[in-house]
Amino acid sequence: MDMIEEQFDAIVIGAGMSGNAAAYTMASHGLKVLQLERGEYPGSKNVQGAIMYANMLEKIIPDFRDDAPLERHLVEQRLWVMDDTSHTGIHYRSDDFNEAKPNRYTIIRAQFDKWFSRKVREAGATVLCETTVTELIRDAKDRVIGVRTDRAGGAIYADVVVLAEGVCGLLGTRAGLREMPKPQTVALAVKEMHFLPEEVIEQRFGLKGDEGCVIEAVGTTSRSMAGLGFLYTNKESISLGIGCLVSDFAAMVESPYVLLDALKTHPSIRPLIAGSEVKEYSAHLIPEGGYKAIPQLFGDGWVVVGDAAQLNNAIHREGSNLAMTSGRIAAEAIIEVKSRNGPMTKRNLALYKAMLDKSFVVKDLRKYKDMPALLHTNSCNYFTAYPRLMSQAAQNFMRVDGTPKIEKEKATTAAFIKARSRWGLVSDAVRLALAWR
Amino acid sequence: MHIVICIKQVPDSAQIRVHPVTNTIMRQGVPTIINPYDLFALEEALRLRDTHDGEVTVLTMGPPMAEDALRKALGYGADRAVLLTDRYFAGSDTLATSFALSQAIAKVGETFGTPDLVFTGKQTIDGDTAQVGPGIAKRLGLLQLTYVAKIASIDLAAREIKVERRSEGGTQMLKSRLPCLITMLEGTNEIRRGSIQDALCAARSQVLKWSAADAGIEDLTKCGLRGSPTVVKRVFAPPARAEKAAKIDTAEMALRDVADELITAIFTRQPALEHELAFNGGA
Repeated sequence: MDMIEEQFDAIVIGAGMSGNAAAYTMASHGLKVLQLERGEYPGSKNVQGAIMYANMLEKIIPDFRDDAPLERHLVEQRLWVMDDTSHTGIHYRSDDFNEAKPNRYTIIRAQFDKWFSRKVREAGATVLCETTVTELIRDAKDRVIGVRTDRAGGAIYADVVVLAEGVCGLLGTRAGLREMPKPQTVALAVKEMHFLPEEVIEQRFGLKGDEGCVIEAVGTTSRSMAGLGFLYTNKESISLGIGCLVSDFAAMVESPYVLLDALKTHPSIRPLIAGSEVKEYSAHLIPEGGYKAIPQLFGDGWVVVGDAAQLNNAIHREGSNLAMTSGRIAAEAIIEVKSRNGPMTKRNLALYKAMLDKSFVVKDLRKYKDMPALLHTNSCNYFTAYPRLMSQAAQNFMRVDGTPKIEKEKATTAAFIKARSRWGLVSDAVRLALAWR
Repeated sequence: MHIVICIKQVPDSAQIRVHPVTNTIMRQGVPTIINPYDLFALEEALRLRDTHDGEVTVLTMGPPMAEDALRKALGYGADRAVLLTDRYFAGSDTLATSFALSQAIAKVGETFGTPDLVFTGKQTIDGDTAQVGPGIAKRLGLLQLTYVAKIASIDLAAREIKVERRSEGGTQMLKSRLPCLITMLEGTNEIRRGSIQDALCAARSQVLKWSAADAGIEDLTKCGLRGSPTVVKRVFAPPARAEKAAKIDTAEMALRDVADELITAIFTRQPALEHELAFNGGA
């Protein structure tokens, strides 16, 4: 086979949220873009829940609501703290979310990513699936100038390579652009898709039409590990899953499916999925290291975006919007450099980081920079002790059994002090407040 | 050399389920693939093209989404793809399908050069009839070589092809004049992985979409449901077998006793077998 002497303005590796955002933005500004995806189709490897935030997509495709495959717009969010038999929750539901242009949607990524990829192609990019990039090609000055794939036929060249390869970042790691993510900075999430008739879902969650509800739960289901359970309503299915840090799974010698089973059979969750048919079981890693885990974001001839750049806000469970935004900003930086006829050098591409630092992406991650470490080292308190105490306190408060209220309150206070000591309580609260600030 | 290969987009039968109440195939959410038998034909066509030069045109009839299958075929290295799609084709049985495809092949021939070879897979995994290939051959007046295991040689100057055909008695060596139609057996080759150039070409080339009129089909009564005499009388799912596998604990038994027990178990289940074996002088 002949070598291709074809030069692209940019090669985007990966067709998830960040890759599609980057490819779309560059292609719609007239850049010659090649996007390479290893999956059979975009979204085929995706596991996300998933909630999609409209604002970040509007900045890329303003009229996405016209034809994007959206499941339900969220009108209710439930945050639960669970022990083995109960949950204490804060629910927020508002009719204000039934707006002309809703704020958040549940989506099924396998469908959504196909749609996004169609937009990328319509914008003029060339998209190749089932093509794995095996190597970044560098010139004598160590600049990235192209890629090699697992297909025969040689190398493909570009002025800049956008690494949107996802959380594992094998390519970037192999190329020495970054370190391999560490077990304590990535979570392993497992998810099942439970299919139920539309009416049943609407009935169980008190929804009508396209309204949707999500539940996010911390507590004893994660077996003292830093973890989060989630339940998202789609049109005709419920995504149910749980994720915990890989290092915790290893230390606890626990299997992810055990946690998912515990969540599924929890008395608060079981009736919500009763009678459903499970059609899909999947697992994926999620970057959870936060601000401190962000690697070098740019270099000579390359930028890294999305999960591959560890851009995920674990505290707010926001990932895809950081991915989309970083992809868009990287693309805008590249467009800017190109419009000045500048080379794609490390110096010029620093513009990407400067722009990203000013955005909510880095600002949010910086705000919570101490959170991952705190929740990780203190996971048994935040994910088991406190949920138990909270459940006991709530039950104590609700149950009427002739005990004078003053004694009940004393018992609750005593339970907290016994479990964590006065100093422990103050210190946990202060540390949490500081990390949150 | 111009080769036309007919493919079909089918639901991935490994992931298909039958509705327990209506007995219909539940296609929703089931991924689609190129009929696996067709891939052997496609690879054979591509190999002939690679060694003898020429072009491979991939043709399919189906709904608009069948374009995905054609794009995949282009990714393997096919030169051109034609999607025959029209609501008139909906509900086609093998008779109507072979009619429409043969008309389209004639049109492909007019437009891009008369094909020297037409390939199809042995059969599809969803219909399993193996009728469409021979149906096309008959309508186009092509000689047909079915169940071909190997293409031994092709002589374009002499307009001759030699193939090995699997038959019940063994392997037949057949010689045919060109043009002809070949239905390819499974396991004869392995579909290639297209090069990066093939993939780039596939991403950039247009799939031609032909309506019935585009394909020059005038007699619409031969198309779709109207042109399909096949009537599905009843659909049923085979009942799941209630019997469980029995386990014989052999650890403590002499081999002769194991054999005896096995034979007794088989004969109890299949009383006719004992008689037959005795009749043939076995047992």
